[in-house]
Amino acid sequence: MDKQRRKFLKIAGATALAGIGAPAVVKLTASPALASSTATTDAHGVQAEHGSAGHGAESASQGVRLGLLIDMRKLYGHPELLDKATAACVKAHNIPQIDSKKSEIKWIWKTPFANAFTDQTVNHASKTTLENDFLVLCNHCDEPPCVRVCPTKATYRDKDTGIVSMDYHRCIGCRFCMMGCPYGARSFNWFDPRPYIKEYNPDFPTRMRGVVEKCTFCRERLALGQEPACVEAVKEVGAIVFGDLNDPNSEIRRILDKEHTIQRQAALGTKPSVFYIV
Amino acid sequence: MYNKGTIIPGLILFVLLVTFPFWFNAFSTASTVPKPELPPGGEKQCVAPAAEMRASHMVMLNQWRDEVLRDGKRTAVTVGGKEYRKGLQMACMQCHTNKEKFCDSCHLYTSVTPYCWDCHLTPALAAEKKETH
Amino acid sequence: MIEKALRGNSNYWMWLAFLSAFIAVGGICYIRQFLFGMGLTGMGRDLSWGLYISQFTFLVGVAAGGLMLVLPYYIHNYKAFGRITILGEFLAIASLIMCLMFIMADIGQPIRGLNMILHPTPNSMLFWDMVVLLGYLTLNVICGWVILTAERKQVKPPKWVYIFVYISIPFAVSIHTVTAMLYCGLPGRHFWLSAITAPRFLASAFAAGPALIVIACLIMKRIAHFDAGKEAINKITTIIMYAAIINAFFVCLEFFVGWYSNIPGHKHSLEYLFFGLEHNGHVYNNLVPFMWSSVILCFAGLGVLAYMKITKTGSDLMIGLGCAMIFIALWLDKGLGFVMGGLVVNPLDEIVEYYPTANEIAVSLGIWATGIFLVTVLYKIAVKVEHEVEG
Repeated sequence: MDKQRRKFLKIAGATALAGIGAPAVVKLTASPALASSTATTDAHGVQAEHGSAGHGAESASQGVRLGLLIDMRKLYGHPELLDKATAACVKAHNIPQIDSKKSEIKWIWKTPFANAFTDQTVNHASKTTLENDFLVLCNHCDEPPCVRVCPTKATYRDKDTGIVSMDYHRCIGCRFCMMGCPYGARSFNWFDPRPYIKEYNPDFPTRMRGVVEKCTFCRERLALGQEPACVEAVKEVGAIVFGDLNDPNSEIRRILDKEHTIQRQAALGTKPSVFYIV
Repeated sequence: MYNKGTIIPGLILFVLLVTFPFWFNAFSTASTVPKPELPPGGEKQCVAPAAEMRASHMVMLNQWRDEVLRDGKRTAVTVGGKEYRKGLQMACMQCHTNKEKFCDSCHLYTSVTPYCWDCHLTPALAAEKKETH
Repeated sequence: MIEKALRGNSNYWMWLAFLSAFIAVGGICYIRQFLFGMGLTGMGRDLSWGLYISQFTFLVGVAAGGLMLVLPYYIHNYKAFGRITILGEFLAIASLIMCLMFIMADIGQPIRGLNMILHPTPNSMLFWDMVVLLGYLTLNVICGWVILTAERKQVKPPKWVYIFVYISIPFAVSIHTVTAMLYCGLPGRHFWLSAITAPRFLASAFAAGPALIVIACLIMKRIAHFDAGKEAINKITTIIMYAAIINAFFVCLEFFVGWYSNIPGHKHSLEYLFFGLEHNGHVYNNLVPFMWSSVILCFAGLGVLAYMKITKTGSDLMIGLGCAMIFIALWLDKGLGFVMGGLVVNPLDEIVEYYPTANEIAVSLGIWATGIFLVTVLYKIAVKVEHEVEG
């Protein structure tokens, strides 16, 4: 190759690289404030706040840490209530019912004590412990390993509520979060879930194949001032209490002050937000 | 010119092949600009003027997505006295209930395949597996 | 220099055609998986990483193995390796491309793969894995190509390429350390949650990579008239032996920790791999024959190589056999045992066994065939350049 041609190719290559790289550099250096301020019309610019207390209370969340307290004593001998809680979650979130241990998707489910609390003994366990199943779900940890390992921030801890959320738009399906979770709380969509959904909730989307999903503490219901679906399902016995763990006057804190509670895998340092009275 | 007999016809063939999309579609219905059907409910106003929506509805949807999911700002948007919850299913599809006649008519023409409906339900689809109680 | 790969005898083309058949089948099976979903594999909710990631883990080690040729030559001026460092670099390129292909085959939404670059997440080890893999690939491409070109032109390589060579040395250690960090920092997986995971990975890498290079050299001696030299081969087999012994030592240490502490978390996975686990009346032991084969092959391979060194005899066949046995042993240990063993007891103490599906195996074979294809083409270029230079 003669010298002129080589020089030309070098300059052309460098220019092409610069041309391809320029938009990325612009995007990285542009501050987020700039992006939203380009919107000048009604819909984008004006975020009308509603005066109603419901909305206000939901969005004024500084340092809120939402948690669950599951009082299993109220559920012993009532496996139908555990099923009711699971079914409420399934219906509210369009969760597919796949009859296969390999490909199933479950956000909240029941399992024996030995499986729910692997660090507790079942040696000479009581009859109640051995005969009943326990509700398990995502613990919405304060220091979640799943968030630490996600390479795209598709799962992230919402600072305002303490909920460990999922952004299905960004998930690339690497399943590293499933590896990281010490509670086995996450499920993956191994194929298109829609054929397996029994009934659609028109207010909530489904998920597509290739993304990981899990319990999100019913964020969409909280936004409307409702309680999580599982909490509401067992409301008649008041078995699940949902509230702000950082508010010393909340119902959940008052119960935690009085009763002895245990948590799953407490020794791993994930600081889970789900407590059990067994 | 050497090989004039091969080169000239070859060039003409090449130009025809390269401009195929233009002259082929000029005479077929594929070139007609689509007219998306307006909402069957008769609503005339959207979250933003039609020209702006046409240009940047995808940007707005992405912004809504990030605001709702990542920033937790789920407060509804009020435009012209009407309240819209931020979301494809919750806002857009409430009026534009027919995805095929509205959304798809432009998307097919411009050969755009957004993956929104891999997850988000259209009212028609949701009705297929309705609640039985 | 690429034109050197376009000329070959009929054996060369038949070999490439043979590999292409596997690549084609793998490609079709991957398209099936792309259209249907990961459900076509044997992975499941409790075994969400399987054959693809385990092959990726093993191949990162093979890529890092090239360090054992680069380090003695460039830092310690061990001249005997002069002709074969290029083989280490080219093997690294092919292995890294295989690794990236395995990762792309494994993620559920591959067309969103760019999200890892658009939304960099420094706290995620997978992000750093991508960085070091792509970095090491770039380094090997630059170093290998520039130095081979310089050799072809019979000039000394330009001074600036040595900066990249020296950077590639800690990079080689880093790629496998970061891959080990994918596993050893997960709080729920007690089989992997050990500081010795990273050293174990490195030890097996430094045995497996050079073993493959030795086998390649012996094959090329027969069919491509390329002799790496007795001294070089002897030195590499010495390195392989030390690395394999250290790896075996580390595995034995894992056994000690599991059994002496008697803590189920450490013990169960090893029990499953080597003896089978009994749970609720069912015995789970589908990997037991593989793991014992790994042990036997490793010690047999070490025995063959040791015998040759002690008696100062040895034919090429024995060298090849010893290296092949060690390579297969390490593949069974890391490619099959490590990932599956860690996942078989799920976080809820349920036991789920893994069986890859035919589609999954076909995709894996296709990717391996692609790697071997690349190795063949790259080694052909390297050997042709050597022939051209040496006359």
